[in-house]
Amino acid sequence: MSGYLLHTDDDRSEMLAAIGVESIEQLINEQVPKSVQMTRPLMLPSSLDEMALERQLRAIARENASASSHVCFMGCGAYDHFIPAVVDEIAARGEYYTSYTPYQAEVSQGNLQVMFEYETLVTQLTGLDVSNASLYDGGSAAAEAVLMALAIVKGRKQVVTSSAVHPQYREIIEAYLKNIDAELVVVPCDTTGSSQPLVDAITDKTACVLVQHPNYFGRLEDVANIAQAAHGQGALVIESFDPISVGLLKRPSDLGADIAIAEGQSLGNPLGYGGPYLGIMACRADLVRRLPGRIAGQTSDRRGKRCWVLTLQTREQHIRREKATSNICSNQTLLALRSTVYLSLLGPHGLRETAAACHRNAKLASELFVESARFERLHDGPVMKEFVLRDRAAEVHSLLKFARQQGILAGVPLGDDYPEFADCFVVAVTEKRTEQEIRRLVEVLQQAPCGVSV
Amino acid sequence: MRNQQATQLIFELSRTGRRAHRLAVSREAIDAVVADIPENMLASEPPPLPQVSESDVVRHFVNLSTLNMSVDTHFYPLGSCTMKYNPKRNERMAGLPGLVDVHPMQDAESTQGMLRLLYELQQMLGEISGLPGVSLQPAAGAHGELAALLVAAAYFADRGEDRRVVLTADSAHGTNPASAQMAGFTTQTVKSGENGLVDLADLKAKLNDRTAVFMLTNPNTLGLFDSQIEQISELVHSSGALIYLDGANMNAILGITRPGDFGADLMHFNPHKTFSGPHGGGGPGAGPICVRDFLTQYLPSPIVVVEHDEETGDEVYRLRDPSSKTIGRVRSFFGNVGVLVRAYVYLRTYGAEGLRHVSEDAVLSANYLLSKVKHILNVPHGDRCMHEFVASASRLKKQRGLSAMDLAKRILDFGFHAPTVYFPLVVEEAVMIEPTETESKETLDAFAEALFRITEEAADLVHEAPHTTKISRPDDVTAARKPILRWEAT
Amino acid sequence: MSRDEKNLLFAESHEWVDVSDTGGEKIATIGISAFAIEQLNDLVYMDLPAAGRVLSKGEEFGEVESVKAVSPLYSPISGEIIEVHRDLADNLDQLKDDPYDFGWILKVRINDDSELRAMMDHAAYKEQCSEAG
Repeated sequence: MSGYLLHTDDDRSEMLAAIGVESIEQLINEQVPKSVQMTRPLMLPSSLDEMALERQLRAIARENASASSHVCFMGCGAYDHFIPAVVDEIAARGEYYTSYTPYQAEVSQGNLQVMFEYETLVTQLTGLDVSNASLYDGGSAAAEAVLMALAIVKGRKQVVTSSAVHPQYREIIEAYLKNIDAELVVVPCDTTGSSQPLVDAITDKTACVLVQHPNYFGRLEDVANIAQAAHGQGALVIESFDPISVGLLKRPSDLGADIAIAEGQSLGNPLGYGGPYLGIMACRADLVRRLPGRIAGQTSDRRGKRCWVLTLQTREQHIRREKATSNICSNQTLLALRSTVYLSLLGPHGLRETAAACHRNAKLASELFVESARFERLHDGPVMKEFVLRDRAAEVHSLLKFARQQGILAGVPLGDDYPEFADCFVVAVTEKRTEQEIRRLVEVLQQAPCGVSV
Repeated sequence: MRNQQATQLIFELSRTGRRAHRLAVSREAIDAVVADIPENMLASEPPPLPQVSESDVVRHFVNLSTLNMSVDTHFYPLGSCTMKYNPKRNERMAGLPGLVDVHPMQDAESTQGMLRLLYELQQMLGEISGLPGVSLQPAAGAHGELAALLVAAAYFADRGEDRRVVLTADSAHGTNPASAQMAGFTTQTVKSGENGLVDLADLKAKLNDRTAVFMLTNPNTLGLFDSQIEQISELVHSSGALIYLDGANMNAILGITRPGDFGADLMHFNPHKTFSGPHGGGGPGAGPICVRDFLTQYLPSPIVVVEHDEETGDEVYRLRDPSSKTIGRVRSFFGNVGVLVRAYVYLRTYGAEGLRHVSEDAVLSANYLLSKVKHILNVPHGDRCMHEFVASASRLKKQRGLSAMDLAKRILDFGFHAPTVYFPLVVEEAVMIEPTETESKETLDAFAEALFRITEEAADLVHEAPHTTKISRPDDVTAARKPILRWEAT
Repeated sequence: MSRDEKNLLFAESHEWVDVSDTGGEKIATIGISAFAIEQLNDLVYMDLPAAGRVLSKGEEFGEVESVKAVSPLYSPISGEIIEVHRDLADNLDQLKDDPYDFGWILKVRINDDSELRAMMDHAAYKEQCSEAG
């Protein structure tokens, strides 16, 4: 038989004898009513040995385009950044990936110290005081941050955000708030990029403002201005930030954010068709009692030796149950480990170089389209690592398909989430892209046939 | 003196000017390139990350890894967590180019392999659960609970029924009441009877036309299959409420019985437990949910469907909203796909027959260990269990002053990870043991032997345990009173 | 001055009350009993309300936490909070050593002391504790 079972027939008979039953059947029949037991085998595909299975999985994998078969210019919350070999090597250690939540601190110091180092790195990236040990992803982290703010700013029910925040993040927040007495106000983003419409929407009923910087279109938001307005009204500021861009841009706390969240995929984690990723979340020290998720902290053992434990656990579901800050139980330790290794390898200068290379490449790409007859940038102003192109021929889907056939994943179409931008798509350019690849992107898109279905 | 340099904090290893990863971008080039960014948005310097060499990083994290117990290195009978062997082929397959590096915004046409795999997984989970509507989106078990409860809320809202109360069992995981609260419900607790099963009288008393969902774990957290399940189903459904099954313990019943067949309307799987994980040091997991036909329309969006291409007539896989009544999204993109690929590989490795053997061996191993442990500790809930059982250190505490915590700490010295202790809350000094099907009889014998020896040891020795680990018992009180939650330069 | 626990009134939920009458104003001082503190084991955190808040009898006004437990604090009496013992949170060991003097939590201005009639005297409270213990 395939699989990992190991009892021999002799083992099984000895074990049954020790229990005092005739058969496993009997063990089950004594407990599970016959009336609910299955009377037929499950209908599942037949089992495969390792070699056959690998052959099949490789065939499945070949049916997908990917960042290894194609040159990837897709972004919108998931990016094709470079992952140094050390990251994969460390994360492949069974001592990390086959362990679990550190319930027994004495035999989990490796994971606990990694969590503590991860938390410290996140405070360094955000400038805020405290980080948790990670949440599921950027989107659910945004929703958790909103719930956290609603719990802190008592008596206010309004959450203000902009249409330039990742549409999926907004959908998650809507789903989370659906049965709760709170209201999500989405302010249409201004075509000039001004923060004024958002500022104007903030009132004394606003519990928090969620802003993404750089936003979904790759534009820079005036977070400092928004934060000033929000604080003036007694509201909290949640910034969804890009952990690579803070190599160049001011950090969330420097702009006035009280809570910062981010998708951590960029920090050494593969695209993986959307997951597993990790949600980064940090806040001011005085808000820590409302922070969701696991937190590792420093203490000492009975011999006075420095060590690490899970702490402030009374916030959590296993103690506070229905009054917990969140229902979250697991975190994304393995991804947090990858991000910890990644940031350690980059250091301050590596992060700055990576951010600068993204910026340089994105700028080059956007400039190359200036001369184009068919394409124009939707917005003016500086780009960080992505920007929106308008296809004057308004054939985004066939255009992107053509590019794919030429070996390029050229961007993410905007039409599904923004019908008004059905002729637009978002191009992301990471540090991995060479000048040659960027020039080829421009060339291929220019060559794409117009007015014919491909 | 032992050199412990490598396990200092990475920040303490930092030396100004030391480098690992480099890109060929000069300082001048950076200054030139940022010229177009408004000055008030530009940081004067990058975040103060540590500055270390590549070899520093490798030695540091490799050394730290050796401070963990893990399934690869130790028996890990952590009750409720199903710490079974984590197959290496799962890792290789999930890491294949064409799976690990697909962008989540790629269209269906360029991801047919991925979508087919996910569609087949939806089908398999629907079959194993007996609940045909499947969403793979939730990122963890607790996240699945939340998503399913949002589905239930949408269902009742759609029917115009005002049902705002979720009932949870007193033996339930803390996530149950916490998820209910997050989904906007209020919660009430249903007691367990003396026998560890649902107290039917209490359930009956609490069910009414305000009850939305009864959240049930079956087999429950005591490792017992609730033999009254048909009566429970009848009671709950006749009151118009739904049954949610916490799938944490699915490892006991694969191919033996199905939640959909014993009355559950919604459930989640924990693929990182039941379908071999791994657990990743605390995550990532995944929390796919399965629901009855009539609830499918409310599932999170998107799900994978198979359609016929409008032009060619060929079968194509696509992402679709389950219906316009979907609850929307609970996570960005498609979910924890890498974990789902591993579950797919696991299910394809075993097939139907193999999967039933998994549960049979899990039940056999747990009962075998129970038959040994019951001579060492008291086991309040009888001679039989499913895939795990809950013993109690209460007698040991009374007679020798040794608590469940003492036992857990001392067992570490014998080279075993500790069982879950102090859960479920309904058992005093609970010691919850789940051996799983991938541990040998010799390992189970050695574990029971170690437990027995501890009960014979001098109490002081056990109170001071562990003795052989890198650190002794940490001071949790100071950690919580004066939290130090990050390293700071001194 | 030292408070004698024998003269205090106790709630079922383990809070104690000491009422003083100063210049026609009735002030209730509220704390938690030595028994409750003992049961909670190693307190780590206390969440306290702000002065000025008006409490009704039985209302939750704060929380006290140990490493793995949370205990809500309930007001045994209705009235307005006029003072909160802010130093407590940073001196939880002292609270444990001296729950009736150093360990006071709130001072509440009360209008109507008839609510006190439902509370237990020290003897009755001790009996409740011995049954629970």
